[in-house]
Amino acid sequence: MSDRQYELVYIVPPETTEDQVAELHGQIEQVVTRMNGRFEKTENWGRRKLAYEIGPHKDGVYGLEVINGSGELMKELDRRLKVMDLVLRHMVVRVDEEKKVIDRTRTKRQSDSERRRVKRGLPPVRQPGEGRSQDSDDMDDDRDFGMEA
Amino acid sequence: MPFGQGRSGGGGRGRNADKKAGDKEKGQRRPMFRRRKVCKFCADKIDDINYKDFKLVSAFVPERGKILPRRISGTCAMHQRKLQTAIKRARQIALLPYVTD
Repeated sequence: MSDRQYELVYIVPPETTEDQVAELHGQIEQVVTRMNGRFEKTENWGRRKLAYEIGPHKDGVYGLEVINGSGELMKELDRRLKVMDLVLRHMVVRVDEEKKVIDRTRTKRQSDSERRRVKRGLPPVRQPGEGRSQDSDDMDDDRDFGMEA
Repeated sequence: MPFGQGRSGGGGRGRNADKKAGDKEKGQRRPMFRRRKVCKFCADKIDDINYKDFKLVSAFVPERGKILPRRISGTCAMHQRKLQTAIKRARQIALLPYVTD
């Protein structure tokens, strides 16, 4: 079975040191590699104001990990994060299927617009400096979407 | 019968403030000038409604913290559904509030 893709977002208190964050990342990495997962991307959003207080905290440092792996891996990761005192809040979201849908709609729109343009005897890609006024491209797209929705 | 009663009552009030009632009716009968609402996501061709995109999602959360209804924002059904999950996810990680007062 091919791997699924998950996003893990976690929040740690703002007074956490860089070392602690690195250690947390190391712990996550350990679990991921042990259970045959791969890191796709790691992001640090830095310190942000929380929309609501979590315990005594009004700010938090956000981290994002995009992980390719199995459901078991994420289950284990979720369990461990729940236990960790350092992590204020975390969330795991599966993203591969949504990504596929988004890619599909994007390519479909592109090919549709190209097809329509060719039908009207225009080059498939919109030329720079092409007028918006007589070009009904946008209108066409809107109608298409209304039907889909 | 209750309907008739209600009407006559309304009429009475109307007679007392004839001018006002007329104005109100004029005010309500204005659909011709109302701007047609368009789904922002369809119009701007935004495929990905992501909980991480705080700027985009927070535009659909008014001050109180509730999700802006479709009838007001004009969002189409498909995108409102996606927006809904995005907002709910953003709430879980404290990017958006559950409630504010």
